[in-house]
This record gives sequence, structure tokens and C-alpha cells, in this order.
Amino acid sequence: MKLAAFLLATAAFAADDSFVLRNVTIHPVTSADIPNATLVVTGGKIADFGPKAAIPKGAKVIDAKGLHVYPGLIDSASNVGMSEISSVRESGDVNELGDFNPQLRAVSSVNPSSDHIPVTRGNGVTASLIYPGGGIIGGQAALMHLDGWTWEEMAVERNITMQMRIPTTTTSTFSQTFGAGRRPFAETKRRYEERLKLTGEFFEQARAYQRRKAAGGGGFTVDRKLEAMLPILEGKEQLLVFAARERAVKDALAFAAKENVKIVLAGVREPGTAVKEIAERKIPVILGETLELPLEEDSPYDSPFTLPGELYKAGVTFAFGTFSVQFARNLPFQAANAVGFGLPYEEALKAVTINAARIWGVDDRIGSIDKGKWADLILTDGDPLEGRSQVKQMWIQGRPVSLETRHTRLYEQYTKRP
Amino acid sequence: MHRRKLLSGILLAPFAAYAADGTVVIRNAKILTVTKGSLEGSILIRDGKIVEVGPNVNAPAGAKVIDAGGQYVMPGIIDCHSHIATDAVNEGAVSVSSMTGTGDTVNPEDIGIYRALAGGVTTANILHGSANAIGGKNVVIKMRWGKDTPEIVFDGAMPGIKFALGENPKRRGGASEGGLNTRLRYPATRMGVEDVIREAFTDAKAYKAALDDYNARVAKGERLIQPRRDLKLEPLVEVLEGKRFVHAHCYRADEILMLLRVADEFGFKIRTLQHVLEGYKVAKEIKEHGAGASTFSDWWSYKVEAFDAIPYNAALMHKKGVLVSLNSDSGELMRHLNQEAAKTVRYGGLTDDEALALITINPAKQLAIDNRVGSIEPGKDADLVIYDKHPLSNYAKVQKVFIDGQVYFDRDTDMNERAAKAERKKALAEKQKAAARPAGNGRRPQ
Repeated sequence: MKLAAFLLATAAFAADDSFVLRNVTIHPVTSADIPNATLVVTGGKIADFGPKAAIPKGAKVIDAKGLHVYPGLIDSASNVGMSEISSVRESGDVNELGDFNPQLRAVSSVNPSSDHIPVTRGNGVTASLIYPGGGIIGGQAALMHLDGWTWEEMAVERNITMQMRIPTTTTSTFSQTFGAGRRPFAETKRRYEERLKLTGEFFEQARAYQRRKAAGGGGFTVDRKLEAMLPILEGKEQLLVFAARERAVKDALAFAAKENVKIVLAGVREPGTAVKEIAERKIPVILGETLELPLEEDSPYDSPFTLPGELYKAGVTFAFGTFSVQFARNLPFQAANAVGFGLPYEEALKAVTINAARIWGVDDRIGSIDKGKWADLILTDGDPLEGRSQVKQMWIQGRPVSLETRHTRLYEQYTKRP
Repeated sequence: MHRRKLLSGILLAPFAAYAADGTVVIRNAKILTVTKGSLEGSILIRDGKIVEVGPNVNAPAGAKVIDAGGQYVMPGIIDCHSHIATDAVNEGAVSVSSMTGTGDTVNPEDIGIYRALAGGVTTANILHGSANAIGGKNVVIKMRWGKDTPEIVFDGAMPGIKFALGENPKRRGGASEGGLNTRLRYPATRMGVEDVIREAFTDAKAYKAALDDYNARVAKGERLIQPRRDLKLEPLVEVLEGKRFVHAHCYRADEILMLLRVADEFGFKIRTLQHVLEGYKVAKEIKEHGAGASTFSDWWSYKVEAFDAIPYNAALMHKKGVLVSLNSDSGELMRHLNQEAAKTVRYGGLTDDEALALITINPAKQLAIDNRVGSIEPGKDADLVIYDKHPLSNYAKVQKVFIDGQVYFDRDTDMNERAAKAERKKALAEKQKAAARPAGNGRRPQ
């Protein structure tokens, strides 16, 4: 028995997902920083950490003197892997046709060979909530590790939330042919009311379907769109509702109350007086980019920078999303920018680690350095939210992950040009 | 227009706190001169110019003293590629639009100016768009928010013109857009872009020859009719004579090299290559030609020609001897060019001073205004930014911005005025609502 246990332990340490970091400053996020400590990873999981953590015999030891270890960063909204070159329609799989597509799933359209995956990893992002768009209900989003030979291997959770865009009164229009334009307000209002009505009707249909299915009996046939709505109606899955301005946020809150569904708000930018209700109803928020312009000409110049701090003070739980492909690697800087404008540093770091994991219900596996969690880790030479820092190494589930990218390869290649 | 007037009434803040001819001392500051190292001390400003920089300066009695409280002072940021403060960007109907210019449509009330100021930018190169192989003329402005058009123009800046290569200028030559086949425009290929430029400069040479001949003969006393003035070719003649800078939008290495060779052949210089995302591939040739490069920190993949863009571009070109700046091309990015500069430390290992030079002295050199701005040195314009932390930190925020020694942005003032502005806006909105309601006789004012 003892021998078997010993052999097992040895085998584990010989594997690629076990190692020890020594002389490292540990930033667990969920507890205080520990300088000069040891972190033990066994079988892809965090086995132990602390100033006096014992180094198992035969373990591969990495001396990390002067370096820092953090949990891998989590982007709570991106399209990484679903679009390669944004101007080339053929390379994009984000937006499907039609208003209601709850049956669609992003997970199997994430290209594991996308050049954006390693590029995003380069700045410390180990996992991303990858969502589809288009219409009112765009489909199901997946929480993906940014590593894996296939999308199956990448997936942490395949269908974790449903993307929805609350109808808005937007008068500005844009078309490739005619460029920017304006829609008259009366038409905009009619369109907005019509789309809100359509959304309500779709949920009504889904509830009717739910009742028919529960009743059983003959004549029941599967409707794949409505079937996909059941986890939402049953409260097992959250709706990820995009709403930027105060009116849209209020509409989204009213909608969630009326339909009695759990929501996460996304892309919130100028929520105004809706903040109080968001806090009271404990609705999590995925913040739109902080590095953005104010929506209104006469909004305070720093309104996108101060919003995270204001939500924090109001008691709202939030995480950051990049809502991007090419700029997904700037997740740490989106968070950092809020720090100068009122968000405590620790909260910025939490918003790209543990709070994201909590919102998505995966904090049993990722989001902090805690015993038993997956070893999704980054080793840095400083604060990972600062532009001047470097990510030196990365592990996902204890496996070392390459930080080489299309960009580092071209850099090396052309540095050598005589 | 009505809306703009309504808003400007709220936004034009009385910032000009000090008389331009007054003497100002910024003391107790960590001064990042960019060109002469960093020090702790003071900056003496007189008549809008920096007079003295040192641990101690000879401040005359009565000078206005600003205590920086140990915070950082750096030169005002210069953005070598922007489209703010202009009511028109692209004249896209023709492939050569050199008769147009952004200087004709400057809008001093664009909120983009104030937002740029709040991001530490004091000077920007306002370029024409990239819809044409040869685009319109540019204008260099200072962010003198609250001043009228002639006063926001950077007096004495070299005139310039925009060129554009690659996907943008050939877009209008593409196949039908949304079924509309009616507005095709030459060129449709990179070959055609080169051809348009060659054709335009062939014409410009002929025009210049005619003008030179006319001037020479008139000087000899001949009485002749002046050649007909050509507003399209005139700026190109100025390019040939070295009196107007070429700022060329480009992406791919092949087109960059093409333009350098065409310029060599016609005997003019490319002053800056803009975007120049594959500049790192032909850094040697760019350096040999003597062109500057003004690029993004990390934009990539938004179109095919941006797929080989790397965030190491700025650092790599700099290491290969090219004069490099970082630009925004965006009213948003413009607000944090300091953070963009910080990325060149991460991508390519530039030093802090090299990184800061990319957004200060280097763009000043590219625009040939480095005798006036771009560093903290005696004799230069007092265009300065106070940050609460080191400006290459992502946690730093702008506290005060000076142009010509006057405060144009003050975070405290901005914050203090918010409540009153909100009140005024509310009152104006009420007034507007009331005015929109039909009066007692049921008739609206005409």
C-alpha cells in the first residue's frame, strides 16, 4: 500500500502537469500575498502553497526568485477563436442570421488553431468566456481554456450562459454600402417596441413549450429553439444580457423580473440610476471596456474609467470582458485603467480572476490559488495589470503552455534580418 | 448645430488661469525631460516658454507657483495621426484629392479636443483620411480648448499631405458593394495605387516645369500669361520642392518599399510612413530613405493587410535606427498614448525614456516642430502634463495640462464643475422642452 502510494506519487511528478515553484511571491487573490514561498502542483492541481510548503521528493523544481505567481486571468466576454480577420466575412463565425437562436453554441466554432489564442495568452489570459452574437438571442457561450488540441479539450464549460441583446432605441445606423446614417425617432421607437414584444412572445412560446413537455402525452414534438430555452426558464442557466445605457439596463432588469430568469448584465457603460437596483437584486455585471469613449458628448470625460469604482462602491459584483478578438490581450489593461479612477487594486485583480470565476460558477476549479484548484497559473516579473510587466511562463491545468505567438516568431525572424 | 451650441455653452470652461505673459513656476516635481534625463526640481515658465529647468530655479517674486506635490511632469503628448477636430475626413470621390485639406474644416468645439487634453495630448497632426492614393492636406493643431479655429492651429508647423496605400485606396475599385455597381473608382489594385501616384507626380513635374519656365522668363523681363493655377498639382509641386511633408498611410512591406522607390525616382522624400505595420520587415530601407515611422502599439488582424502586424514593430524599427512614434488614429486611443508607449517596454524591451520619446520628441521631429515642443528644455513651449504617477504606469492619471504655460485642463476644476454643469444642462433641456411646446395660440415660433 505504501509502496503503491509512493509509486503513484513518483509517477505523478514525472508527468508534465506536476512541478514546484520555489522562492516565488504568491498572489492567491483570495488571501494575502506570500513572499518567498513555495507552490506545489500535483496532477494539474494546486497541492500546497505557503512559506513552508514541503517539496515532494523527485519533484521538478523551478526556482522563481524575484518572480510572482498569480492565477491565470479570465476574460468574461470575448470572441477569441470565432473570428480571425475581422474585415473578412469568411473568417468570422460570431453573428448568425435570425433574431432568436438559443440553440446555437459557440463552443464548436472556436478554432483551436486561431492565432488569436496564443496572442491572448501572451498577456496572462488563461480562460475566456466566448460568446456568439447576432439578433436578439445569439446562442450559447462557452467558458474555454486558451489551450487545447481541440475545442473539446479547451472547454471548461460548454454551454455556460445564453447571449441576449436587449432591444434598444438606437437611431444611428451603419451599413457597409452607405456608411453611418440616422433612422427617424418614430420609426426607431416603433421598431424598439416591436422587438421588445417579439422577445416577450418568444419567452411565452418557450413557457408554453415547457408546459407541453411537462404534461407529456401524445402530439408533443421537439422544438430545438424552445428546448434550448429550458435551462434558462428553469433557472439553471444565466442569461448574458447586453445593455449599455441606462434605459437598456432598466429594460433588461424589468425583463428579468417579468420573466423570472437569472441574468448577468454585459457591456454596461452608462447605467445611471439603475446601479442601485443592480446592487439590490445582486445582479452580476460584465463591464464593457474601460478604455472607451463616453457614450454621450457631455458625459464626464472619465465616465468609462470611473464606472468600475462606482459599481464597487455600490456593492455590485463585476468582472471585466474585452468584447473583442484583437484586443482580448488587453484585458489586464482594461482592469488597470479603472484603478487610477477609484477602483481598489485588489478589486481590479479579482475582477479578472476570482470574481469572474464566481459569476460563471467555476470558482471550484479556477480563479485563485487555493488548494485543490486547477493550476491555471502565470509567472510574471511584476504586476500583471501593468503594461511594462512581462508574463514569463504559463500553466493551464498544470501543463506548461507556450508563450510563443505569431508575433514573437515574426519578431525573432525579422530581428535577424541583416 | 443647435445641439453643439447648447453643449458648448456647458463645456467651455474658464481654464486660462494665468496670463500668457505671466511667470509660472512648477515646483516639487519629478521632471521627465525625455531628452535630458529625469530630475527632481522645478520648471520656470515665462511668456509661455520654458526658461529654466533644475533642482532650483530663479523664480522672481510674484511668480505664480504651482506645487506639483512630488508628482510627475512630462512634455505634452504629440499625436502624429489623428482625425479629431475636423468636420470632414475623407474626400473619397477622386483618387487624388490633394486640392482638399483638413485645415479648411477645423472644428474647435469638437469634444475630442477636450478629451485628448484630459489624456495629456497637447499637439496633434490632423490628417485627411485614407480613401485616396493621394489624399488631402493636413493641419497641425494645439489643444487650446476654448479658443477659435485660427488660434488652435500650430503656427509655423510644416504643411503636409496624406498619401494612402493598400486596401483603403483600392476599396472603391472593388466589385459591387451590396449590389451597387455604380460608383467604381480606379484603382482596384496595389499596382493601380502606384500608377495613380506616378501619374500625379508626372503631371506635377510638368506643371512645375511650366511654372519654373514662366518665372525664369518673367525674371528676364518677358511679358507672359501666367500658367493656369492647378490646385490639385500645387501641393504636389510643394512636395517636389521639399516644402510640404508626405504622411503616407501604409501597411505591407511591398507597398512601403514601392512608395520609397517612387519617391526616390521623382526626387522627393516621404516624411512619415503612417501605421506602417509591416515596417519592421523593411526597417533598413525606411532608414536609408530617411522616413519616419508612426505606428500603433498593438493593433492587428482587423484586415488582411494587418495580419502580420506585431506589437514589437515600434521597438524593432527603433532598434534598426528608424525615427519612430506611436499614434492613435482614434479619439479613444488618443486618451492613453502613455499606456500605449508603456507597451513597448513589454514588447521589445525599450527603456522608459525611449518609450516616452515615442509620444513626445520623436513625433515632434517627424513634424519638424521639435524646436518648439516634444521635450522639457529651456526655450521650448511650456506644453506640460502633470501625472499623479509615472506616466508609463497604467494607474497614472492626468492632473493638469499646460499649453504655452497656461492651464487648459485641470482635473480638480473639471470635477468641481460637474454638479453645476449637470444643473445647467437640466435647465437648458427644460427650456428646450418648454420652447418645443405649442404656445397659447397653438402656433409654434417660426
